[in-house]
Amino acid sequence: MNPQMAPSRKGESEPRRASARPAVELAIDGRTVSVPEGTTILGACRGIGIEIPTLCYLETLRPVNVCRLCMVEVDGSRVLVPSCSRPVEAGMKVHTGTERVRHTRKLVLELLASSVDLSTTPGIDALLQEYGCRPERFGPRAAAADAGVRDGAVAGHHEPPDPRTAATVAQPVKVDNDLYVRDYGKCILCYKCVEACGPDHQNTFAIAVAGRGFEARISTEMAVTLPDSACVYCGNCIAVCPTGALMVRSEFDMRAAGTWDEARQTKTDTICPYCGVGCTLTLHVQDGQIVKASSPLANDITRGNLCIKGRFGWRFVQPRERDGRAREGDACA
Amino acid sequence: MDIRLPEAEPSDEERIAIDALLGPPESAWDGGSRGRSRDSHVSYGGRAARERRHLLLPALQALQARVGWISEGGLGYVCARLSVPPADAWGVATFYALLATEPRPRRVVHVCDDIACRARGARALTAAIESECGAPLPHAENGGHIALDRERPAWMRSPCLGLCDAVPAALVTEAGTSPIERQLGNVTIGLVRSLLAGAAPPKTDGAAEAMVPQRGDPALRLLARAGSVDPTRLDAYRAAGGGKALARALELGPERVIAEVVESKLVGRGGAAFPTGRKWDAVRRQPATPHYLICNADESEPGTFKDRVLLTHDPFAVVESMAIAGFATGCEKGYLYLRAEYPLAHERIGNALSQMRRAGMLGENILGRGVRFDIEIRRGAGAYICGEETAIFESIEGKRGEPRNKPPYPVQHGLFGKPTVVNNVETLANIPRIVLEGGAAFARTGTAQSTGTRLFCLSGNVARPGVYEVACGTTLGALLELAGGVPNGRRLAAILLGGAAGAFVRPDELGLRLTHEDTRAAGVTLGSGVVMVFDETVDLHDAVLRIAAFFRDESCGQCVPCRVGTVRQEEALHRIAGGCARGGVAAELALIDEIGVAMRDGSICGLGQTAYAAVESAVKRLRLFPTAERKKS
Ligand SMILES: Cc1cc2nc3c(=O)[nH]c(=O)nc-3n(C[C@H](O)[C@H](O)[C@H](O)COP(=O)(O)O)c2cc1C
Ligand code: SF4
Ligand code: SF4
Ligand code: SF4
Ligand code: FES
Ligand code: FES
Repeated sequence: MNPQMAPSRKGESEPRRASARPAVELAIDGRTVSVPEGTTILGACRGIGIEIPTLCYLETLRPVNVCRLCMVEVDGSRVLVPSCSRPVEAGMKVHTGTERVRHTRKLVLELLASSVDLSTTPGIDALLQEYGCRPERFGPRAAAADAGVRDGAVAGHHEPPDPRTAATVAQPVKVDNDLYVRDYGKCILCYKCVEACGPDHQNTFAIAVAGRGFEARISTEMAVTLPDSACVYCGNCIAVCPTGALMVRSEFDMRAAGTWDEARQTKTDTICPYCGVGCTLTLHVQDGQIVKASSPLANDITRGNLCIKGRFGWRFVQPRERDGRAREGDACA
Repeated sequence: MDIRLPEAEPSDEERIAIDALLGPPESAWDGGSRGRSRDSHVSYGGRAARERRHLLLPALQALQARVGWISEGGLGYVCARLSVPPADAWGVATFYALLATEPRPRRVVHVCDDIACRARGARALTAAIESECGAPLPHAENGGHIALDRERPAWMRSPCLGLCDAVPAALVTEAGTSPIERQLGNVTIGLVRSLLAGAAPPKTDGAAEAMVPQRGDPALRLLARAGSVDPTRLDAYRAAGGGKALARALELGPERVIAEVVESKLVGRGGAAFPTGRKWDAVRRQPATPHYLICNADESEPGTFKDRVLLTHDPFAVVESMAIAGFATGCEKGYLYLRAEYPLAHERIGNALSQMRRAGMLGENILGRGVRFDIEIRRGAGAYICGEETAIFESIEGKRGEPRNKPPYPVQHGLFGKPTVVNNVETLANIPRIVLEGGAAFARTGTAQSTGTRLFCLSGNVARPGVYEVACGTTLGALLELAGGVPNGRRLAAILLGGAAGAFVRPDELGLRLTHEDTRAAGVTLGSGVVMVFDETVDLHDAVLRIAAFFRDESCGQCVPCRVGTVRQEEALHRIAGGCARGGVAAELALIDEIGVAMRDGSICGLGQTAYAAVESAVKRLRLFPTAERKKS
């Protein structure tokens, strides 16, 4: 007997289209709401203007429900429920702001903020403040690990903790190619890049989660450099990373030089000139220079994705003397 | 799929190991000799190869058993044969503690460093090994990179090996053409010294670990044959009454079998205490096919070893029970997911499978009645989390053992996305009696809500450690008496009930009746039947620290509350133990409680949800951490 091919992702059934499905009635914070069957609790909440914070959720990816920030209370459930992945059920009673909900969200934020560098995570400061987080209460941050140490961690073994400090994922930035950097000291392990590189978008499978527990990490095989991996530099992982752990080189360099300033940037949508697909390109321009290219998530066809040319192939536009890094084509692999 | 493979070629040894499992490659595409183009981007046979993804873990285990670690070339060859992206395979290989992704010596002695062994001398043993034979792997100063002589045996610390009745325990693994795997009990420094010097490990026939102190008692049901009937011969099993239940079940038909199981009120013995009949009925009714059965023999909860005794001393009964369960729930295929640390059970179950196939009790036409059912053994590779029912699915499917969020539940969407029934070994072992005697008769033993007998794993400071079978409702004190009580005239200090995911109870709670309803009312759990006894000489703080370390090590790392919460919990406990509590012990305990509540409420699976349970009971039931004065280390 041949076992069936497993669904490509963990425990997933096929994604459902919300429209053209019968309506389901439920109560959210005491309000009666009617939404199409298959809608998630998060979707139903957003539909009536209730904001729920998320980190690992993204409209264009299948939910992995791992960050546990979007938790809500559902009557009859022993534990809290991830709103980003749980479909609504008729008669469900959902509570989005109870003490229990706020407690878990607060702890999730504190646990992350105490172990990960969130300095380039958009919106995180407001959340930490809203939930009254004090990540420093777990103790002063431990020194960063040497390069390669976290990549070589052995499952099931760890050194006894140092009572003076709080463990972190801090480690040197991986700068191994000209196009983008991987700063895993900023990684919250949201799995988005793995999904984008793998089954959800790119189908390249250059990266995966390796190791386990606190030593779990995003990695190429044997932790080889990107040029030695299967990476095709589409940058679609960068587009979904919520923390800036994955960052285009131009932004990384400008931040290091202290010249990156989003307040001075404009965004202009245009069409990628390279091929007939015609992906929408958003050019981020600062002081008359293109500093980054992205693509809008809200495009049904491209869903934020580009290829190496669209994402990185804009440097020829810049006058050579004003960008020391411009060159003939972008050498990568 | 387009896959880019590592440059390194497999060694002959690696190629042989993989080909022995998967058969020779059919074509160059499939990893044959001409398959490596210069840029090493290759396309593969698509669907057919991808459908073999579930063979990834067995393939990695084959490399580990033959070579002792998983090299770049070996990994690449597995990826080529199974059409798995190397990064993905790396993610799987690095998930399991018994797979090495850095060169590791061929022989490794895994010495148990867990709570039951620590209660009886394991710390002294590991300290002695460390001073005489050197530090264990992995060497911290290398950041896990192990560069050393692969012909020189090394040792590692291990979580509970499921041999807590013969402590201290160890497991020897040696890679090679005829690999060695052997579990050893009552380990001494002398034995470890000789093993590290290369001596052959002593043979164990299992008798030493039989440890069924009640053997021969006519009242025994689950243990009736354990230790008294030859576990290697089907005819002996049959002579002792085995095999009749399967024949009877086939006569009754699936609905009647399930009706009897429902009436028996049997609930799961794996920890979650879910009604077995309801689970079976739900799977039986699922229209999607095929259905799968999984016997959960991962048994990695520290202090648990009851399933080992059933698997090694009554293997035919486990297989017969699975056949009945498969028949009743409409499965044609069953998996027995066995923890890697039980080599003798592997051998015995394998033997039982082949003898029962030959006797027509498994296979295409069971007992000539046109019923089809067969069983495959899948072995774990050192990951407690793979005992969680949805993590087992992921593991068998060849992925990282990361639990799934529920719902959907396994009965609808389980292994390979199909309806699946998962049952613990002991749960299944109750089935033959229910089939033969009827559910009502079964339910007459025990209490109204907790029916039948249960196996309890007595370990730690008791006179006669071992697996005991008593009717549900027996008190904790009576059970402790049965095992001879606390020896050497010492005083009982605490009992860990239910395992690391369970709770400590106090000496004044011996009147507790061992039922689901009584334990629930008392705020504790029967869990997997662990009764770990600690006398006054045991350092309970050390036990709590070890439990905290265990959860940190065994967290799959998927969700934030558990991945980081188990780290923060362990750190705070170490601050208290080290006399450097931040803001005082009371403040640390409050912090630990806040973390614990978030882990319980917010984690995906039972591991994170119970990672605070034992710690909480140490704080609140045992009052182990006086808040007035600060504890000195
Ligand atoms: C972290 C974790 C580890 C588990 N390990 C085991 C195990 O080793 N054996 C087992 O039977 N159940 C284990 N369970 C419980 C299973 O998830 C599941 O409930 C059980 O196998 C169902 O069988 P039962 O209904 O017969 O008890 C574990 C659960 C968790 C959360
Ligand atoms: S750049 Fe593209 S191919 Fe490379 S890791 Fe990111 S998503 Fe994968
Ligand atoms: S690198 Fe970014 S996208 Fe990838 S897991 Fe980490 S935080 Fe998420
Ligand atoms: S609770 Fe822990 S073990 Fe369970 S899924 Fe979350 S991280 Fe993994
Ligand atoms: S956003 Fe729902 S769990 Fe991360
Ligand atoms: S075998 Fe050592 S604690 Fe179980």
